[in-house]
Order: sequence, then C-alpha cells, then structure tokens
Amino acid sequence: MSSNIYDFSKLTGSVHAWLSGLMSSGWVTFTELVLVGLVFLLLYALLGLFLVYLERKVCAIIQNRIGPNRVGKWGIIQTIADLVKLLLKELIPIRKSDPLLFNLAPFIVIICSFLAMAALPYAKGLQAIDFNIGVFYVMAVSSLSVVGILIAGWSSNSKYSLIGAMRSGAQIVSYELSVGLSLLAIVVFTGSMQLSTIVESQANGWWIFKGHIPAFISFVIFLIASTAEINRGPFDLAEAESELTAGFHTEYSGIKFAFFFLAEYMNMFIVSALGATVFLGGWMPFHIGNWEGFNHIMDFIPSAVWFFTKTFFIILIIMWFKWTFPRLRIDQLLTLEWKYLLPISLFNIVLIAFIVLMGWHF
Amino acid sequence: MLSRQELTDIIRIFEPDAEFPEGTQLLEVIVPAEKIFALAEKLKSDQKTAFNYLINETAVDFLTHMTVVYHLESTEFRHLIVLKSILSDRENPAIDSFTALYPTAEYFEREIFDLFGIRFNNHPNLKRLFLEDDYGYPLRKDFRDEINIIER
Amino acid sequence: MSEEIIQDVIIGESEDYIINLGPQHPSTHGVLRLEVCLKGETVKYLNPHVGYIHRGIEKMCEAITYQQIIHLTDRMDYLSAHMNNEAVCMVVEDALQVEVPERVKYIRTILDELNRLASHQLWWCAFGMDLGALTTFFYGLRDREHILDIFEESFGSRLLHSFNTPGGLMHDVHPNFQKRIKDFIKYFREKLPEYDQLLTGNIIFQNRAKGIGYMSKETAIGYGVTGPSGRGSNFSCDIRKIAPYGVYDKVQFNEILETGCDTFARYKVRMAEMWESLSILEQLVDNIPEGDFTAKMKPVVKLPAGEYFRRVETARGELAVYVVSDGNKNPYRMRFRTPNFSNLFVMNEIASGYKIADLIAISGSLDLVIPDIDR
Repeated sequence: MSSNIYDFSKLTGSVHAWLSGLMSSGWVTFTELVLVGLVFLLLYALLGLFLVYLERKVCAIIQNRIGPNRVGKWGIIQTIADLVKLLLKELIPIRKSDPLLFNLAPFIVIICSFLAMAALPYAKGLQAIDFNIGVFYVMAVSSLSVVGILIAGWSSNSKYSLIGAMRSGAQIVSYELSVGLSLLAIVVFTGSMQLSTIVESQANGWWIFKGHIPAFISFVIFLIASTAEINRGPFDLAEAESELTAGFHTEYSGIKFAFFFLAEYMNMFIVSALGATVFLGGWMPFHIGNWEGFNHIMDFIPSAVWFFTKTFFIILIIMWFKWTFPRLRIDQLLTLEWKYLLPISLFNIVLIAFIVLMGWHF
Repeated sequence: MLSRQELTDIIRIFEPDAEFPEGTQLLEVIVPAEKIFALAEKLKSDQKTAFNYLINETAVDFLTHMTVVYHLESTEFRHLIVLKSILSDRENPAIDSFTALYPTAEYFEREIFDLFGIRFNNHPNLKRLFLEDDYGYPLRKDFRDEINIIER
Repeated sequence: MSEEIIQDVIIGESEDYIINLGPQHPSTHGVLRLEVCLKGETVKYLNPHVGYIHRGIEKMCEAITYQQIIHLTDRMDYLSAHMNNEAVCMVVEDALQVEVPERVKYIRTILDELNRLASHQLWWCAFGMDLGALTTFFYGLRDREHILDIFEESFGSRLLHSFNTPGGLMHDVHPNFQKRIKDFIKYFREKLPEYDQLLTGNIIFQNRAKGIGYMSKETAIGYGVTGPSGRGSNFSCDIRKIAPYGVYDKVQFNEILETGCDTFARYKVRMAEMWESLSILEQLVDNIPEGDFTAKMKPVVKLPAGEYFRRVETARGELAVYVVSDGNKNPYRMRFRTPNFSNLFVMNEIASGYKIADLIAISGSLDLVIPDIDR
C-alpha cells in the first residue's frame, strides 16, 4: 500500500499521545469523547447546511432556474439565513397533542441519524468506532428513525400526520429488507461486516467492478431501496406535499421542524456514504489493474476526498431521482418492494453465494 | 337533428298542455310545474328526441312569479330546447327535481335552492350550496342586504 | 328556514375517518374543500364544499352594464379569461344583431387558442405537481411566459384580459402581434415534445394515471362534464365544432376524442389539444384581414327585451351564458353555466374507491378552477 501519506491514524494517534502525557487515562477517554462529539456536531451542522444548499442548486439546474443567489456570493449563506429564520420562529403548541411525545419525536429522529455517523469510515484511519458489525449497526440505527416518525405522526393529533406516519412505517419496514439484502451481497463477498475490512478488501478494485453483474444489481437495488428508506422522492409518500400537505411533520414549526428537515438530509448522506463505502470502495482511490503510474497519481488524492466525492456522487443521483420522477402510490410502492425488489435480491444473494463458493470473483 | 317545427309537434303529443311562445331565439316550451318531470322523462327516453344532456338549469324571479329554466340538448342529434315552468307561488315555490334523470341537476338545483329558495321535491340532498343557512335568497329581486349591497 | 333542511354533517360522530382536503391545501388549486371519508388509504366517498370565494357575480351583473360585465367574467375562470369575455360579447352581438368585422373574429379566435394553450400549459404544470413531479411546473411556466408576453404586448394585461367589448375589441392589437405569434409557434413546436419526454413516457406517471378515475360516457353526459375532461370519455362536446363561432368554421382542426375514460385519457386529450391549437394558430395568423377593430356600437348598450343564450368552448369546457333582458341597459337576469361547476361534482362518482393519492390525480385531471365554480 502506497497511500499511507494521508493516514489519519497518525494524527489521531499523536493527539492521543499528547493527551496521555497531560492527564490520567480516564480523563483522556473523556476528553477524547468530548472532542469527537464536537467534531461530529460541527461536521453534522456543516454537512446539513451544505446539503440543503446543494439540493436547492441541483433542483434549480434541473428546473431551468438559477436557485438561491441573493444572500452572499451565489446565495451560499442562504441556508444559514434560513436556519436563523427557523430558530427564531414560534414553536406552535398543538392543542390535544401528546406534549411529551410531540417534543420527543424530532430528537429521536435526529439522534438516530447522529448515531449512524459514528460508524462511517470518512478517511483512512478516520472512523469514530470500528464495530465488527458496522454494516448491521448503521442499518439498525438509521432505521430506528421510523420510530420517531411514527411518534411524530401519532402525537400531533392530526389526521394528515397520522396517515403520513403510517405510510412511512409501512414503507421503511418493507424497504429495510431490500437494503439489508443488497448490503448482504457485499458482506458475502467480503466475509465481514466490519466497515474497515470491507474498505480494505477493495484495495485491488471496488466491489461494483469485482463482483460481476450481481454486485451491480445489488447496487441498483440499494439505490432504489435506500431512496425509499429515507423518504425521498419519488418515494416521499410520508410527506407527500400534494396529498398530505407535509405528512408527519405537518404540525411542527420552528426548530423542531428544522430537526426533521436536517435529519432527512443527514439520512441521505448516511445511506450515500454507506453505499459509497460498501460498493464504491469508500476512501479507496480508483485503481486500474497494473497501470502503476496512473494508480500512483490516484494515491496522491487524499482519502477523504475520495470518500466525499463518491458519497456526493450517490447523493446527486438521489437528488436527480427526486426532481425528475412523479411520486408513487402507496400500493405501487409496496408492490415494487414485495413483488420485484425482494425476490430479485433474494435470488441475487443465492447467486453471489454460489459465485463466492466457486471462487469466481476477483 | 329535428327542426323547430318537428320538435314542437313531438312535444305537443307528449304534453298537450305545453305552450310555445313565439319569436324566441331557441325553441321554448312552457309546461306546468307538476308535468315537467314527466315531459323531460319522455324527451330523454324517446329515440327521436333523446335529450340526454342538461346544459343548464336556472331560475328567474319576476316578482309576480318565478320561472325555472332548463336548457336541454341531445348529444346525438344536437338539437336544443328550453323547458320552462312558471311557479306562481313565490312564498313557497316547489317543483320536481330532475336529479333522477340528470345527475348534474342535483347541484344546479342546490344552487337554485340556495339563491332563490325554490324547493325541489324528491331531491336527495337539498342543502344550501354556497351560503349560510340564514342568509336569505340573494337572487330574488326583493332581496335586501343593507350591509353589503349599495343601492344606486 | 325549516329545521329539516339544516342537516349538518357532524364530523366524528360516525366511525368514518374523515379528512378535510382544503380549503387551504396545496392540490385543491384554490379554496375548495373536499370532505373525504377514508377507509385506510381508500376513499369511501367524498363531499365537495364550495362557496369560499362566492362573489355573487350573477347578482352583481344585474346592477351594471354589459360593458362592465365583461370585466367580471374575467374573474370566473381566470385561465380562460378571453373565452369568458367572448361569450358575453357574443350574447350582446346576437341580441343586437351586430355583424362584427372579420378582423375581430380572426383576432378573437387567435386569442382564444393562445389562451387555451396557456391554460393547458398551466394545467400540465399543476398536474405534474399533483403527482409529485415538481420539475414540470417550471417547464410549463417557461413556455407560458411567452404567451403572456404576447398578451402583455397586445393589450397590456397578462391574465385578466378584458380585451373584448360588445361589438369588437377595445383597441387594435400591437403591430408585432403576428410576428410574435409566429415566433411562438416555432418555439413551442420544439418545446412541446419535451413535455412528453419529461412526463408522458415516464413509467411511474403512466402507472399513476392509467386506469384511475374511470368516467364512462354516460356519467360524463349525465353530470355534464364537458371540455377535455368529457372528451377523455369519448363525449363529443366541443362547441367549436357543434356551433362554430368566430372563424372556427374556416379552419381545419380535429376534435380530440379518447376512449380511455381514465385520467390518462384526459391527459392525452389536453396534450393533443395543444398540438391542435398550434395548428389552428398557424392557419389563422397569416390571414388576419385588415379592417376595423370594432363594429359601430352605441355608447349605451340596451338589449331588446327577451332571452338570449350563447355557448363557447373555454379551456375547461362549455361556458353558457343565459341573459334575460327587460330592455334596460343592464340585464334583468344573467346566468353563467360554468364548466367547472359541473366538472367538480362528478368527483364523488369517479374518485370513490380509489386511493387518496388517486383522488389528487383525478382532481388534477379535471383541471378545476375554483372561482369558476363559486362565481
């Protein structure tokens, strides 16, 4: 491996050594936890703002518009201005709602998306927790947010919200299967659920290239199913604007609404990051066979750049979906999952197991 | 398409009491209120006339009496007639509903009830369409609303 | 008011899950309230409540002159403002037996078709929005802007024209009129296929639109559903063909009829009508004769006592004007039979039994303009 020049473990290791020289081991752990927490909070806020800005610009380009261009150069401070507006807005209390659950729901949703960020490998050596069941953890945590959505819909005592929440429940429970099965395909190839191992296994080629056609099928299924899982168009039935005004967050205002909004974008980032890690090699640079010179130039691009480029590539695809396709109907949504995606992914898994058994993959 | 004279002859057979005013733009038929439903039923079901499309149903208040006006067309032959019925009782006007023949009449009649106060017998859901229950009947000529209407 | 008439619907008394779509709702396109009873996601029945913007136009007409009425008709179906104006003008011209100049007829017909195009474009935008395809809105409005620019240049207003007056037009059109329209035809012939690429061919769209909102021909005639919505059910109801007015008898065009009877059929009718409108425009734009822009009219229009009835084809269906005159300068009774009024009330018939998402698609395919219902 020649890409050691951008290894973040050196940086983190030196911070750890410096802290150890200052205080006892218990305090070191505590300080590190606080530091990591602060870094993630900052990353979360910045990514959220940037994703909202990106979405508005992307949809503007697709729709023949200019997009935000008033606040700051190219409207770049527009999202910050929006955030300030949301922070200053009144939190409208809903009569006959369940106040505890009503206030709890946005926090559940945002905490779930926060938790999932911990396990993602952002760059070489830059990963908060490297679980040995990383894939499973990210999936489990990100699908917990449906609990928040259901609570939000139920507690706000609004009929639109309830329908939206129930749709969301049905949708996430169904599409969780396909996401899981499509990720399982790569787990079968790798033989590990640890995200760092999965990334390492792609040093000689990404799984989408190495895994023949079945890996590509898995990738397509992953894209469709994860778009559905994060409630984005064309699967945005839970907040179908033209049908349910705003679905489960109809009754929320101010910063509570901002939490839902932010969590939606962060969930998009998380699934894209997971897809990039599992299928597109995470922070691994792009290598072609034995073109030594080319591979060497690729190694000079920092691993974090590789990770974020791949992630934003998938994010752009997901945004492209949303701004092009009409929305599905609830029965068509479930038909797509249970009659098409699920059987295909099941068959795909069997095929991949066979390929791995015969040793036909690279 | 039947000519005006042919239609007149057919309607005379259906309903001997019908009157045909002269010099009108379209063929007009004035029928007593209690016979208008039976006439419309015949006009709709008869093969030669086949008036299956109710374009418009409305009413006019003449202060001494009220007139309910129906514009009927045949989508097959494209002839058009105007049925009219004069209701001399302005206090408590009532006429048979056309809903059974033309579903669209249900809402035209609700509108007429709302704005003129004409009751329709056998109407499935005779409620006011636009206005509140205690508003009065604004399209009657003797309607007065001191607040909203400025007399000139 | 007797007691039996007051039968309020008490929501929550039965076990039905009733939601109110509207009066403020993104996809009712105005202040319409649909009281929808749901069973799960399926619509059991629905009950339209109208009257939120009832302005009493028919009552107002009884107090004002015919020239003034023109300005009220704009406000009924604001997307077919020109056709509404024309209907009133033609009633007056009929009654006074005024022969309007050929030039006026040509310009009126051209503006009718431009207005129909603009209206159908806006419908296409909104229909895509109703189904969740948000991009359609901007593509449609991009092209509609060109038509509105022509309107603006020709007579100053973009939406509510009031350009017609009994006997002719308010003033002559701008000298650029023909050139602008020719440019627009050329432009829009290139852009219209984009609409098909973006929405019509989309598999999700076709699945959403096909087979829902079935309205048989009998239902369409019975409920008086006219315009493209009725023609999607094979109900031949194009007044331009049945009783030609303007110069519609001099141009070649087809009445678009579809036998699908569903939402997709109504969609296809409107898309095809856009092509027809373009071809009508092409036939007319070069042949506008020279002449006066209005016939000689007295300043005070008094209709002879009698009753007059006139129909025109607006972008949404059949608009009928029925005037009772007692010989005064204002009508004794003015009645507008508006297309949306009849088109709305077929909703319960054709949307029951479908999903709530279909209800939105169906109401979108009927292309309702609420002020036209309430008048």
